[in-house]
Amino acid sequence: MALLEIRNLSVSFETTAGRFFAVQGLDVSVDEGEVLAVVGESGSGKSVAMLAVMGLLPDTATVSADAMRFEGRDLLGMTPRQRRALSGRDMAMIFQEPVASLNPCFTVGFQIVETLKRHTKLSGSARRARALELLTAVGIPEPERRYASYPHQMSGGQCQRAMIAIAMACSPKLLIADEPTTALDVTIQKQILDLLLNLQTESGMALVLITHDMGVVAETADRVIVQYQGRKMEEADALTLFEAPRHPYTRALLSALPENAVGGRLPTVAVGDWGVRT
Amino acid sequence: MLLFILRRLLLLIPTFLGITLLAFLFIRMLPGDPVLLLAGERGLSPERHAALLAQFGFDQPMWRQYVDYIAGLFRGDFGISFSTKRPVLEEFMARFPATLELAFCAILLASVLGIAAGVLAAVRRGSWIDQLTMGIALVGYSMPIFWWALLLIIAFSSTLGWTPVSGRMGLAYYFPDVTGFMLIDSWLSGRPGAFKSAVMHLILPTIVLATIPLAVIARQTRSAMLEVLGEVYMMTARSKGLSPLRVVGLHALRNAMIPVVTTIGLQVSVLMGGAILTESIFSWPGIGKWMIDSISRRDYQVVQGGLLLIALVVMLVNLTVDLLYGLVNPRVRRQ
Ligand SMILES: Nc1ncnc2c1ncn2[C@@H]1O[C@H](COP(=O)(O)OP(=O)(O)OP(=O)(O)O)[C@@H](O)[C@H]1O
Ligand SMILES: [Mg+2]
Repeated sequence: MALLEIRNLSVSFETTAGRFFAVQGLDVSVDEGEVLAVVGESGSGKSVAMLAVMGLLPDTATVSADAMRFEGRDLLGMTPRQRRALSGRDMAMIFQEPVASLNPCFTVGFQIVETLKRHTKLSGSARRARALELLTAVGIPEPERRYASYPHQMSGGQCQRAMIAIAMACSPKLLIADEPTTALDVTIQKQILDLLLNLQTESGMALVLITHDMGVVAETADRVIVQYQGRKMEEADALTLFEAPRHPYTRALLSALPENAVGGRLPTVAVGDWGVRT
Repeated sequence: MLLFILRRLLLLIPTFLGITLLAFLFIRMLPGDPVLLLAGERGLSPERHAALLAQFGFDQPMWRQYVDYIAGLFRGDFGISFSTKRPVLEEFMARFPATLELAFCAILLASVLGIAAGVLAAVRRGSWIDQLTMGIALVGYSMPIFWWALLLIIAFSSTLGWTPVSGRMGLAYYFPDVTGFMLIDSWLSGRPGAFKSAVMHLILPTIVLATIPLAVIARQTRSAMLEVLGEVYMMTARSKGLSPLRVVGLHALRNAMIPVVTTIGLQVSVLMGGAILTESIFSWPGIGKWMIDSISRRDYQVVQGGLLLIALVVMLVNLTVDLLYGLVNPRVRRQ
């Protein structure tokens, strides 16, 4: 049984110009302990689909699916309360903007401990010890000092590490990382990615990695989903995808990798039909 | 932090001197001879008139009067009221608790209700709750104070007879002044009904004085909350599985409070202006009523001293708010 199973997910927004489908007929399944990459250009509905899984979409969004199950339990049929019991404990998410993801009014320590307080029965001192342990695990130097730091006192990379510590606090079974490195310096990007993969290997959790970067996909993912305009274009093992991309859109994406640059220029991925029926 | 406070206190001095000059000049531009006014209907002989002018120093050149005045201030001498012959500072201190009590109740009411309404409106953005509260806020903001006060008096005092029309305490009660705050003193007196009487006297003036700040705080809270609710860290908070109450009441409100604290601080100055009107309407024996009475008596010394003391209070409140701002906003704390 898959850890996360989504069939025929659609998410639409009510806009002034009418109903807009950000995700349409999407099937996703994530197995325990695997790394699934979701790629696709900006606006293809990668974030929206995963926010739907986390139940974080605004009220303006309409979510429908034939099935949306986590460990066999129907997410859509749950009460908000049951859903909150899962969030932060069994599934967690980190976002693209690390500094903006942390609440500027609370210390990093407070924000980690808060999750522990919500989902565990640890005592106050045990929570603090666990938070320090997490800070160390995500590679933040001087965890004692950083525990009492506010987000604005830390760099973007450190903030993302702190976010990862928050997400990992209750050892979730599923971590969704929505372009976790896009906003960071190139040198830091690799470190954060390595950290995520190390944590994934150690803990055996499943990792959904949303990214623009085909290079990252090649290095990290077991499986890849290619999305375009809210639909799934292709799904394959990472190896298969790179060796023999079936879909023309995927081929176009791959040809836009830096190593395929011709004379310092990349071929463009044209906005096109790519077999999307609308 | 200590350095910050010291710097701010030093900055108060030029501001304060500026206000002394304004107060000094402004009151002398009002028409009317204070000595003649003091004499009343009976009139004065020219010799007596000149003697009185000399006694109060009004025969001196303007700059001389000002310098003497400033010199007095630094000795803690805010002048002597020439209608009661008592020191201005003493008169101020006797009335200040009444104003403070009213202002405190008003700002408390305005803050609590305003923040609650603003949060509710923001969370239910676009709903009828939002439209209703913001509609009421707009009406409250545009309502002339005296008109609003009269409506309330007609409804609750004259028609329903629930609240007294004026004053701070029923005539039936007498007890010693301990703190000058009627709520506390009446409680301490232990006289049955005294505390209730104090509360009843406070209700209408508090509502009247709180109305405009309440509207401003509600609108500011709503817009601050709307901005905060769209932040990424709100998604983080929800992704932790926290209860909606904690997400909104702690994570969002804590951030929204940063601009709201500044707004509340600004409303304190607005409140001082409102207190003058409110106290006059309800015969509330505080600073506002004292000032109005003194202006009509051309009691220069009282108006001057009173203005200065009020300005001093407002400046101290603003200083406190600045310090509070540092507490509320971690981003300015360690700079
Ligand atoms: N709250 C919202 N209201 C209306 N439309 C929305 C909302 N959130 C997202 N959308 C729309 O849904 C579509 C998909 O957005 P989404 O954020 O999932 O794209 P993405 O694939 O994550 O892109 P990126 O790589 O830029 O993050 C976009 O066209 C976006 O404008
Ligand atoms: Mg996105």
